[in-house]
Amino acid sequence: MASGITLEPMTSLTADEMAAEEFSRIVTSHRPQIFRFLLASTRDVDLAETLTQECLLKAHRNWGSFRGESSAMTWLMRIAINLQKDHWRNRRMQFWRQTRNSSVDVDEASDWLPSGESSAEQKLLAREQVGHVWVAVGKLSERQRTVFLLRYVEERELSEIAAATGLSEGTVKAHLSRALSKVRAELRGQQ
Amino acid sequence: MNRDEEFARSAEMTKSGTAQAAKSGFHREDDELDEEMKQALGNFRLSVKSWSEAAYSRPRGAMQVHGRRIWRLAAGWALGCALASGAVSGVVHERHLRQEQVRVAAAAQAERQRIAAEQQVRDEEELLAKVDSDVSREVPSAMEPLAQLMAGDESQ
Repeated sequence: MASGITLEPMTSLTADEMAAEEFSRIVTSHRPQIFRFLLASTRDVDLAETLTQECLLKAHRNWGSFRGESSAMTWLMRIAINLQKDHWRNRRMQFWRQTRNSSVDVDEASDWLPSGESSAEQKLLAREQVGHVWVAVGKLSERQRTVFLLRYVEERELSEIAAATGLSEGTVKAHLSRALSKVRAELRGQQ
Repeated sequence: MNRDEEFARSAEMTKSGTAQAAKSGFHREDDELDEEMKQALGNFRLSVKSWSEAAYSRPRGAMQVHGRRIWRLAAGWALGCALASGAVSGVVHERHLRQEQVRVAAAAQAERQRIAAEQQVRDEEELLAKVDSDVSREVPSAMEPLAQLMAGDESQ
């Protein structure tokens, strides 16, 4: 009886420590992807960092309720998507937040080029393509943009995108198709 | 968690891969995309990744951020103070204007009442004077029968 009383808190502490360690591991491995998704969604480094912090803080608070029904990445991405959605909604409502906008423009975002392109011509072509995709992404609806970025930047499977966004796979496909049409139209418009 | 590790591994692979390698392993079920689209989407993905990596690993300038926050805070306070003082002075001016209007209206009302009272006094005095003059003119004729009676009695 006495030994049972002494052992119980120790076991609980170990479980807590294990959970904290697991959470820390997940944060370390997934944080760059969450940040990248938020950066691509907002084109604002400061805002992406803030939202990433909020996302991880929220995840830490709710870590106990995570049942593992989806992957941790999908769960974190869902939190990030909701935070991003809340941010845009609040920003539409509040004039003050407009003045804090520090998002970069399409040209600046297009300056980041894939390192694999060697010749100057290839670099120029790549820059133009990236710029046009950014323009198209800017014209997408919030859902289309989220689905597009998850698919073509984060390379998530349709089922994962559906789980992260709370949409059906069919709806995800429809949003993706519309997004691709707009990107294609933008790219064709360049020629 | 194996799934997560797989995601993390694949992300690492694409991070270090070249544009061509990324293009070849891209969009397993997006075969309907033409080459140009694939290339554009691949370039876009790699561009976002290189931007994200650079932004993620940049040195966090605590002072810079702090300084920027101070500027934002100062600008916010300045704007807030300007708006607040504008609103307060507007309210004070409005109140003063309203009080002035009330004062002028009260003075005009008092003046109207004074004139009306004076007019009333004048009317009453005129009426009394008219009554006096009427009475003073009427009494002799009204007393005429009595005067005749008195005169008849005296003659008898």
